[in-house]
Amino acid sequence: MELLNPDKWVDNYADYLYNYTIVRVNDPIVAQDLISETFLAGLKSKKNFKGEATERTWLISILKRKIIDYYRKINSKKGKAEVHISYRDDDSEGDWLEENAADPFDRNAEDRMENKELGLVILECLDKLPEKQATIFKKKTIENFDTEAICKEYNITPSNLWVIIHRARKSMVECLEKNWFN
Amino acid sequence: MKFFLKCDEAVHVCDKSQYNEASFFEKLKLKMHILICALCRGHAKRNTKLTETINAANIKTLLPEEKEQLKSRLQQEIKNNPQA
Repeated sequence: MELLNPDKWVDNYADYLYNYTIVRVNDPIVAQDLISETFLAGLKSKKNFKGEATERTWLISILKRKIIDYYRKINSKKGKAEVHISYRDDDSEGDWLEENAADPFDRNAEDRMENKELGLVILECLDKLPEKQATIFKKKTIENFDTEAICKEYNITPSNLWVIIHRARKSMVECLEKNWFN
Repeated sequence: MKFFLKCDEAVHVCDKSQYNEASFFEKLKLKMHILICALCRGHAKRNTKLTETINAANIKTLLPEEKEQLKSRLQQEIKNNPQA
């Protein structure tokens, strides 16, 4: 029995893995490399997939190891585990304590982290929609394509599009209320 | 041009306004409708919240060509190791 479907991995999971990675490595190029390596590693260990988890969870578990490996590698390249904190950088004038204190009006890291998890929840909800609804909703809402372009690509009328968008939004609201807002 | 929307029309305008595709007049009619219709008021609130939530998440997507690249690398690997 074929449990995995590598041909669809990129379409189905690339954006999810990308959002997962980008928060953790903060570099688009590295993130893409890690995703690519994850897919290749997944392909190699396809036999080990027992279907106990979903395909996505399984790929995430591979990706996690890749991210750890990445940090190990850059750490060993540096050849030192010390952390240097410079209390003064070159463009600061003088030695102002205020410059070194956290700015309470800055959006804090926890905030940002929460938003990243929110992104994953949204993509998971999107995953539950029928495929065509999900793609069109994503194009329109997340990638901000305009109505005309989407209609042309899928050969549908604007009123078709709005019906699809309406249904998708309805399911998305329900899904997020269940999985995020409570 | 009529001034009062039916619920299904209001819902459509509400969807469009989530993408800034409703005209000023449409939005005005929607506001009027929402004043008198609690059901649509609730729907509009949730619908707007969805838009805000998605914006707050700031989801990154890969560009189509980046996806193509990933795909071709994967395809290459499948071709090289057909037994895998």
